[in-house]
Amino acid sequence: MSIHLPQTLNEALHMLQVVPHAQILAGGTDFMVEVNFNKHGVHDVIALRHVDELKKWSHDTVAGVVTIGAAVPYADMEHGELAQLFPALAEAARTVGSPQIRAAGTLGGNLGTCSPAGDALPVLFALNAVINVASTHATRSIPVADFMRGPKRNDLAQDELIVSVTIKTVAGWQGYAKVGTRNAMVISVASASLVLDHVNNSSRIALGSVGPTIIRCIQAEQWLQGVYDFTSHQALDDSIATEFGQRVSQESRPIDDHRSTALYRRHAVGVLAKRLLQRGSAQ
Amino acid sequence: MSETQFYSLRVNGKQREVTDAWLGESLLYVLRERLGLPGSKGACEQGECGSCTVIIDGAAVCSCLVLAASAVDTDITTIEGYSDGALTDVQQAFIDEGAVQCGFCTPGLIVAVHHLLEHTPRPSEMKVKEALSGNICRCTGYGRIFAAVTRVIEQRDHQ
Ligand SMILES: Cc1cc2nc3c(=O)[nH]c(=O)nc-3n(C[C@H](O)[C@H](O)[C@H](O)COP(=O)(O)OP(=O)(O)OC[C@H]3O[C@@H](n4cnc5c(N)ncnc54)[C@H](O)[C@@H]3O)c2cc1C
Ligand code: FES
Ligand code: FES
Repeated sequence: MSIHLPQTLNEALHMLQVVPHAQILAGGTDFMVEVNFNKHGVHDVIALRHVDELKKWSHDTVAGVVTIGAAVPYADMEHGELAQLFPALAEAARTVGSPQIRAAGTLGGNLGTCSPAGDALPVLFALNAVINVASTHATRSIPVADFMRGPKRNDLAQDELIVSVTIKTVAGWQGYAKVGTRNAMVISVASASLVLDHVNNSSRIALGSVGPTIIRCIQAEQWLQGVYDFTSHQALDDSIATEFGQRVSQESRPIDDHRSTALYRRHAVGVLAKRLLQRGSAQ
Repeated sequence: MSETQFYSLRVNGKQREVTDAWLGESLLYVLRERLGLPGSKGACEQGECGSCTVIIDGAAVCSCLVLAASAVDTDITTIEGYSDGALTDVQQAFIDEGAVQCGFCTPGLIVAVHHLLEHTPRPSEMKVKEALSGNICRCTGYGRIFAAVTRVIEQRDHQ
């Protein structure tokens, strides 16, 4: 058993290469719960705490691209410049756990765990985010929809580290909404993120907690494009919002579990989609 | 590091050595059981209750979710680090407002309130509620706790 504290990204990648079956530790908010409850052991840990390169984000204003380091905590996404660039991500970040969890929990950890209930994930899907991973011998950039392979399964190889997430800025409204049993400290029962793209006159909606992975509702998006012009700034007809909600519901694939029923989830996610569209088109 | 190798943590400004500890131990466990700092409380060990709240490099976090051996080279402040015997104004306000019953949640709340007021000296009511939303109290109800926070804000304003 060993604990490694790399200071740089290269050092971290090197350790990942030479320590077989190393475990990566970021904020620990998923990892340590498992350790404390003996769900998985601790053997050889590579802790990212001191790797400053992973805690930064940058904005290429010319290319319109933002790159967020894997170890940036939710607390940094809630307010400030990053929140202005991606309001949906800020809204999702604000719903995660509690201030203590948001100070520690990271985007890389949410992607590492890859739970269908992970709050950052529907937003990354709706924003068409790209996940940048690296090992000592190669780097890959994977669209988030290909990165998430199933419930708690991702495309990461044993010797790969999630380095950052790249997102293009979008001109248009975006938001995130979540249903749970209370406001703070709640894992979502159903969630949705909607992004309106005024340049391409299109929309993207992605759902959380209502399927084995995050679900993009391509058919509902295409239908909406045919009936509503996002650039017109015209009031949205109520019947369009309602039908959009129904269509989104139909594309969800929820199950019954300890948190809720499939029936409720299907209904709730439709209501969330309808409200997001109403909110977004009123801007 | 082997299974139980020596490491050292900077707690409340002092370098403290941890010897013969299993490397999978949480910071909460190490503080309480190995370093003689039982002020931080453990109730859930899964980040839900906040009674184990400490400050690491300026951020308030749950010490139950920190792998102790990974906190080498950080600055850790526990409830014990806030006073050297005399009560802080936050502690005194909790007593004066009757915001303590069994007291189990209190150390975590005191740390969280100090942290909040350090960064936001005059928080709105919403901000206070949000800042303390990760600290669960099962006895007093939150009314008296919020009253204690309000008292501190007013007292500091008059100083
Ligand atoms: C009380 C509580 C409430 C919570 N509430 C929410 C909530 O409301 N919404 C939500 O979405 N989540 C919630 N969570 C879960 C958790 O906080 C998030 O999933 C968080 O994003 C995990 O990030 P972390 O940095 O703590 O990850 P860690 O626990 O450090 O790691 C999680 C997993 O990801 C892997 N990993 C981490 N970083 C990398 C990397 N750079 N490269 C490769 N693999 C990596 C780790 O090996 C591990 O398998 C909650 C957790 C707790 C304890
Ligand atoms: S013991 Fe750490 S949050 Fe409950
Ligand atoms: S006083 Fe008992 S839990 Fe808060």
